[in-house]
Amino acid sequence: MPSLKALRTRINSVKSTQKITSAMKMVAASKLRRAQQQAEAARPYAERMDRMLRALAASVAGSPTAPPLLVGTGQDKVHLLIAVTADRGLAGAFNSNVGRATRNLARRLESEGKTVKILAVGRKGRDYLRRELSSRIIGDISYAGKRRIDFGDAQEIGVRVAAMLAANEIDVATIIYNRFQSVIAQVVTEQQIIPAPPPPEGESVDLGGATYEFEPDEETILAKLLPQALAIQMYRSLLESAAGEHGARMTSMDNATRNAGDMIKRLSQNYNRARQANITKELIEIISGAEAV
Amino acid sequence: MPTNLEIVSPEKLLLSRPVDMVVIPGSEGDMGVMEGHSPMIVMLRGGTIDLYEGDRVTERLFVDAGFAEITPERCTVLANTAIPLAEVNKAEGERRLAEAEAAYEAADKSDVAAEDSALDAIQSGRAMVEAAG
Repeated sequence: MPSLKALRTRINSVKSTQKITSAMKMVAASKLRRAQQQAEAARPYAERMDRMLRALAASVAGSPTAPPLLVGTGQDKVHLLIAVTADRGLAGAFNSNVGRATRNLARRLESEGKTVKILAVGRKGRDYLRRELSSRIIGDISYAGKRRIDFGDAQEIGVRVAAMLAANEIDVATIIYNRFQSVIAQVVTEQQIIPAPPPPEGESVDLGGATYEFEPDEETILAKLLPQALAIQMYRSLLESAAGEHGARMTSMDNATRNAGDMIKRLSQNYNRARQANITKELIEIISGAEAV
Repeated sequence: MPTNLEIVSPEKLLLSRPVDMVVIPGSEGDMGVMEGHSPMIVMLRGGTIDLYEGDRVTERLFVDAGFAEITPERCTVLANTAIPLAEVNKAEGERRLAEAEAAYEAADKSDVAAEDSALDAIQSGRAMVEAAG
C-alpha cells in the first residue's frame, strides 16, 4: 500500500497531465478547422486542373512523344515512395500507420526485384523509416516550425520528383499519406502519381460534339501543365495529411484526457480508502489503549 | 449574354462571376472571350485580364502565368497568382524581373526547355512592372 503522501503526489501529477492533454485537444480542434478550410479552398483548382488534363490526355493518347510525366518511362524498375507524415507525435497511430504501409510496400516491391527509393516528408516518418530502411531514403523534407503549408512547398517537391524522372532515376512514383475521412478516421492511402493514373471512365466534359483547340499546341501546354498537376497532387495530399494529423491528435488527446480522468478517480478512491483505514487504525489503537487502563 | 468567368489559384477560388467579355493574355497574343466561344485550352503569359461589362472595363487583374479553359458557356483561368491591377507592386515586379534575368543567365542554354521557362519568367516579370507603371 503506497503512503498517503505518495498517492497525493500521483494524483496531482495525473491532474496536470490531464490539463495538458485537454489543452492540446482544443488546440488540435482549432487547427483542424483551419486545415479543413485550406483543403476545401484548394479543391476548385484541382478539379479544374483535372478537367483540363483529361481533355489534353485524351488528345495525345497513343502518341509516341507523350511526355513521361503522363505515361511514365515505359519501365517499372525503380519505385519512388513519398511518405507523408507529420512533424510531431502524440497523434495516436497517425505516423506509424504511414510508416508501416511504406515499409510493407517497400518490402513487397523489393521481393519482386524492384529498386525502392524513399522520400520522407515529415520528421516522424523519416525517423520511423530510418530505423529499418535507412539505405533507401534519398531525401527528407520537414515543415517543422512552419505555421501553414503553402503551394510553394508542394511545388518544390513536385519539381524535385519531375527532375528525378527526367534524369531517369525513377520510373514510378507513389505518395503514401493519411487521407482525412473524418475526425476519428484517417485512411492510409497509396496514390500513384507517375505515370498519371487513367481517368475514371464515363465522365467527360460535354462540349456538344466539339473538341478543344489548343494554343500554342497540346505538347507545349502539357509540358507546362503536367508539373503543375503534379504539384497540385502533392499539395492536396499534404493538406489532407495536415488535416488528418490534427484530427488524429484531437482524438488521441481526447482519449488521453478521459484516461487521465479514470485514473484520477481510481487513485482518489485508493487515497480515501487508505485515509479511512488510517483513521480506523488510530481509533482502534485509542480504544484498546483506553480499555487496557 | 454573359459568359461565366472563374479565376482560380491553387490556394483558393479568387473570382467567379458572369461577365460580358473577358480579355485574357494568351501566349500567342491577347484574346477576347465571349459567350459561345469555341472550346479551347490556352496557355497564358504574364499580363492583365480585363473584365468587360457592356463595352466598359470593370475590373483588371494581373496574372503571372497559367492556363485557361474556354467552353461556350464559361472561361476558367488557372493562375498561380492573380492580383487586382491597383495592388500590383512595381518594386515586387522589378525584384521578380531581376531574379528571372539572373536565372536566365545561370540557365543551361543547351537545354531548350529550361531556357524557355527562364524567358517566360522574364516576360512575366516585365509584364508586372509594366502593369504597375
